[in-house]
Amino acid sequence: MTKYREAIIIMKKEIRGMFTTPIAYIVIAIFLVATGFFFFKDYFYFNQAEMRNFFQLLPLVFTFVVPAVTMRLFAEEKQSGSIEILLTLPVSTTNAVLGKFLAASAFISLMLVPTLLYAVTVELTGSPYYGPIIGGYLGSVLLGSSYCAVGIFTSSLSRDQIVAFITAWAVCFFMWLVDKVTIFLPAKLGFIEYLGSDFHFRNIERGVLDSRDLIYFLSIIAVSLLMTVRVIDERR
Amino acid sequence: MIRVDGVSKSFGEVAAVNDISFVIRDGEITGLLGPNGAGKTTTLRMITCYLKPDSGTITVGDHRVDEDPLEVRKIIGYLPELAPIYSDMLVFDYLIFTAEIRGVKDDKRFREIAGLCGINDVMHKKIGELSKGYKQRVGLAYAMVHDPDILILDEPTSGLDPNQIIEIRNLIREIGKKKTVILSTHILSEVEATCDRVIIIHSGRIVADDRTENLKTASTAERHIFLSVGGTDFQALAGALRDIPGVASVEQVEGEGALVGAKILVRGNDDPRPDLFGTVGKNGWVLYEMSQKSRSLESVFRELTVGGSND
Repeated sequence: MTKYREAIIIMKKEIRGMFTTPIAYIVIAIFLVATGFFFFKDYFYFNQAEMRNFFQLLPLVFTFVVPAVTMRLFAEEKQSGSIEILLTLPVSTTNAVLGKFLAASAFISLMLVPTLLYAVTVELTGSPYYGPIIGGYLGSVLLGSSYCAVGIFTSSLSRDQIVAFITAWAVCFFMWLVDKVTIFLPAKLGFIEYLGSDFHFRNIERGVLDSRDLIYFLSIIAVSLLMTVRVIDERR
Repeated sequence: MIRVDGVSKSFGEVAAVNDISFVIRDGEITGLLGPNGAGKTTTLRMITCYLKPDSGTITVGDHRVDEDPLEVRKIIGYLPELAPIYSDMLVFDYLIFTAEIRGVKDDKRFREIAGLCGINDVMHKKIGELSKGYKQRVGLAYAMVHDPDILILDEPTSGLDPNQIIEIRNLIREIGKKKTVILSTHILSEVEATCDRVIIIHSGRIVADDRTENLKTASTAERHIFLSVGGTDFQALAGALRDIPGVASVEQVEGEGALVGAKILVRGNDDPRPDLFGTVGKNGWVLYEMSQKSRSLESVFRELTVGGSND
């Protein structure tokens, strides 16, 4: 673990930093209001004690929410010049990127914690299957982390947080969209579906843990983070 | 010891630093002097491993920056220009963070550095709310928290008021008694006031590298004397004056009315003025004016960094 000692320190600092600015609270509030609305709409209007709609909407909500969390991670440092401080500390670029990624993922996971109340509500008033709920949360963390990695990558490309946000949103949205366009394509191109984040998320959310889906998310994370390290090292 | 050997760095078409070499010895305060855009910051950024040189090698202590950047960063304390430290952190949290990353566990060191930099009163404040002077001091505390052997400061006094400048300079001199310090500046008096040695950079090249007092004596050893003489022409005057010991050259300058003006370059420690006066009198000419202008460090700097007198 000593190899990643600095990553952990940076993660702690970043999480602290997120909560000293209002952005964390704003993002969490928007996230909970949006998801809460859609959950309780079904719950009360249609008397459905289940979380399927919550998880169906979540990937789309994440395409907005995750970039809002990650946009500042490198862009702000570049803008203010503090990146010079970060990169002249005895911290490898890998550890710096990893620390920021862990902070963002932890934040996204933390943001999901209050939604466990929906699960409790469903449990108290209905008889849900646990597989999809557990799978849904696992999938959410994986999906959120993948989007975090993408967001950190776009944040490392720009010194403008707005640009970082929009680029990250566009990439995440495209990843969400891509498996939905396959119906317009000839059957031969059906494999494109595998590139979609939502396709893999739905697999996990069904409660089926397949290595292919895990590998998909882990590769998105690995590739994005490696590219981020490259971008930051190349700049030198 | 820091050894910079044939280092170049360009950004696109622009060569920021062009084949510079110098050595920084331990226990000296070295000033990196040059006009804005001369390549000072680029040089410091390469030493601190923030930028990679395009060619050449930099060795800090026993480590090369291209092979062992993390080791180099460990022994250096670096404060970038304008102290761009995280503005939404508390001073205390920030120093704790730095100490943790640097692996400093000693609480005593922490209090010592806060006392040395005079930031005890602002520990609980947000860095973004501090005045420039305090921010700079927090930056210094940041750079020194791990008690580095080498301290590198990029324009440490820019943007400060005169009192703060004096405080920071005193602090740097204090630190410089035990440590190797490199600071960059475009302010000459700063170099004169704080540095043992000065390296003058211009357009990415080193144009002077010497002890501060040597540069200063070099500048007083070379001076100009202006004469205004009546009753002769320049040729005759120049011919008579050239033989006087200490006179290196005589140039014609515009004289007042019918007077002949001459600018005499003097080298060495002899004062030729009595001889000049005597020679003029002996030839029956009339001396209207004689004045001496010694070259300050400022004019050395100007000569080296303006126009073509680079070699």
